[in-house]
Amino acid sequence: MEMPQPDQSILNRKDMIVEKLQSALPADAVIHDPAETRAYECDGLAAYKCPPLCAVLPATTEEVAAVLKLCHAEGIPVVPRGSGTSLAGGAMPTADSVILGVARLNQVIETNYPDRTITVQSGRTNLSVTGAVETDGFFYAPDPSSQLACAIAGNIAMNSGGAHCLRYGVTTNNLLGVKMVMMDGTIVDIGGAHLDAGGLDLLGVICGSEGQLGVVTEATLRILHKPEGALPVLMGFDSAEVAGECVSDIIKAGVLPVAIEYMDKLCIEVCEDFAKAGYPLCEALLIVEVEGSELEIEEQLSKIKAIAQTHNPVELREANDADEAARIWLGRKSAFGAMGQINDYMCLDGTIPVSELPFVLRRIGELSKEYGLDVGNVFHAGDGNMHPLILFDANTPGQLETCEALGAEILKLCVEVGGCLTGEHGVGIEKRDLMNAQYTDADLEAQMQVKDVFDPNWLLNPAKVFPLKVSESRRAAA
Amino acid sequence: MIEPKTEAELAEAVKSANAPLRIRGGGTRDYGRPVQGEVISTSKLSGITLYEPGALTIVAQAGTPVADIENELAKNNQRLAFEPMDHRAILGQDGNPTIGGAIAANVSGPRRISVGAARDFLLGVRFVDGEGRIIKNGGRVMKNVTGYDLVKLMAGSYGTLGILTEVSLKVMPADETAATLILNGLDAEQAVAAMSSALGSPYDVTGAAHVPASGHTVVRIEGFEKSVAYRTEKLTQHLSAFGTAEIISGDAHDLLWQDVRDAKALSGAEGDIWRVSVKPSDGPAVINSVKPAAYLMDWGGGLIWMKTPAGTDVRSMIPDIAGHSTLIKASAATRSAIATFQPEPKPLALISNELRSKFDPRGILNPGLMS
Repeated sequence: MEMPQPDQSILNRKDMIVEKLQSALPADAVIHDPAETRAYECDGLAAYKCPPLCAVLPATTEEVAAVLKLCHAEGIPVVPRGSGTSLAGGAMPTADSVILGVARLNQVIETNYPDRTITVQSGRTNLSVTGAVETDGFFYAPDPSSQLACAIAGNIAMNSGGAHCLRYGVTTNNLLGVKMVMMDGTIVDIGGAHLDAGGLDLLGVICGSEGQLGVVTEATLRILHKPEGALPVLMGFDSAEVAGECVSDIIKAGVLPVAIEYMDKLCIEVCEDFAKAGYPLCEALLIVEVEGSELEIEEQLSKIKAIAQTHNPVELREANDADEAARIWLGRKSAFGAMGQINDYMCLDGTIPVSELPFVLRRIGELSKEYGLDVGNVFHAGDGNMHPLILFDANTPGQLETCEALGAEILKLCVEVGGCLTGEHGVGIEKRDLMNAQYTDADLEAQMQVKDVFDPNWLLNPAKVFPLKVSESRRAAA
Repeated sequence: MIEPKTEAELAEAVKSANAPLRIRGGGTRDYGRPVQGEVISTSKLSGITLYEPGALTIVAQAGTPVADIENELAKNNQRLAFEPMDHRAILGQDGNPTIGGAIAANVSGPRRISVGAARDFLLGVRFVDGEGRIIKNGGRVMKNVTGYDLVKLMAGSYGTLGILTEVSLKVMPADETAATLILNGLDAEQAVAAMSSALGSPYDVTGAAHVPASGHTVVRIEGFEKSVAYRTEKLTQHLSAFGTAEIISGDAHDLLWQDVRDAKALSGAEGDIWRVSVKPSDGPAVINSVKPAAYLMDWGGGLIWMKTPAGTDVRSMIPDIAGHSTLIKASAATRSAIATFQPEPKPLALISNELRSKFDPRGILNPGLMS
């Protein structure tokens, strides 16, 4: 994975830079010992590692501002980091960059039930935002699978989704305001508990900007009352096409489940072996979950079951209680772990129009044979966000490269059928070089000129999102 | 008036323009600081280019009338869930609102409080920037984090960053049935308290408004029949401290919410109209400080339409709270004297102005509209 050459003049000035950071921050907030900076050498894309110049852990917005101001003056690239769970290399540093970790900014600032908002520091974990309002019967909806660990800061940077986003939207639909520090140290407040922008939607472009426009230290988020209940139903089909049609029919019937999950044969077999949840060993499996009162759940499920029956499922399984519900989810929730136990794998998150599902699955099957690597498909069928899991052996030389080549073909296929490269993980470094498959140079230029406004010197996470050749002149000018 | 028939023609027209351009869809949302320029119309860029009901996706050229889209969706029992306001009721302009205009002004309706605003349903855009470059962003899938989200930036940019040529939208199923609970005689504080209580319940309220003109505070529920019946009953109990709710449904219900959506209560020739956006619990403070001649609250109190004597600057009357006020209807003289959009704090104003100059270096797209 190509990364920019570190700036030797910064490497030469390391001691001086560390000293300056130490004078601006508490003693334990600057990490510079090589034995300790290794902890920041990669994120969830563990195949690629590079220890940073140093790492800082500010605890306040003012400390974040002091760090950025300093780095701005010295021309040092800064890589913001939430919990480091990115699967796209979003928090991967270069040797000349400072990792700015926001994990110590984890407080709840204000909970506002009448207006249904919560304001938190951005280093707080996603699940603990719900944790702060749960006993009062509320929750924060976007629920990425890593929610136990991932930080709101990262959720905002990547515009994270999760299984529930079919009904409740992704981060950008639930984000009302931020406090953000610009690269030159200026602190700005954008939005708040009110419901729209008074001018340009700056919040909308900041969300999903992968830490390249500013460092968010506080966020105002929408909270919702928990629904009265939820129940899943499991359906097995003997073909991917039929499963896809069933999804389409459910949506056309006006039912809006909170989640529709799909697993293909390979995933079902691996998960069943691992979790023994009692899944039918068929071609395709759907788990559909609905929410509401008992009566509403009953009404929605009866419509869903009626639709499913018209497609002759090989299995149709309901949950009569919370225990049975958990069993239905068990296999799906263990999917990544189950796959990881038998193999190294690469997880993609290309997204396609739901109607293209059968074609894309067929093509992935063909590509899988062509490249000689198995691919399991598990994904959020309601919104077409696929997660092809390419199985490979990291210990066999060349397999990582083959895996990446196959991955690139699959993602290009997603774009070809009218979808996109990434539905929720972000571009990071992982999909940088595929950006031209989806966007023209003019399209990318329009995006880069937004960064030109927020961070004219291109110091914030500069090596991400845009192909290095395309961003080269801007990064070099810094 | 320039009336390009294709995106390419529009791009060429912008590229070769040597004077300011005034962008026009249906011409029904004519607010903002008045723009002097030659009118460039999107009316010939009209038509639905893709509609997949099973994928909840529709793609249309920007000049397509909103009504055409809504009619097509209705055939498949679907709709634009953000229910864009029709400004003709209060601005009295002729013409057919276009989808491009609705998106460029981020126009939503009462259901915003539950399902989101226009910008939350926008999946992708194609636009022509101030240099005549054709740019696309997003696509036609709901989950898309490939690069920066210029889709959100374009929504609510009033043409100042580019002229929309095509938009992709997420649509939603229309609901089987709906009902409205009506509470009577609440003042602003009580109304906001009632609406907050309803919105904070698990009963999935999709509209909460307060209409002093009729003395009604109204809460909407939509869904399958049994679900609506159940939630209506539960909410009636839930809101009993605020009075006994009257329940309506059918045509009367539809008309009520259309009137809320379009701020119909404020129609009429006299006075200026302001649109204030605050957190719902600050709604009453706005009303008490401005004491408008007439008003309507939507979004549980977070959106306030106010009628004031001509030339009133409400911003000087509203306390220092988070939010913003937009001048929607006033004489040309007032619109030149009072900024339509809430002036931004300096660092944000700098960013906004710089963004406009990046996308439109010559300053020809609706120049000054947002200043």
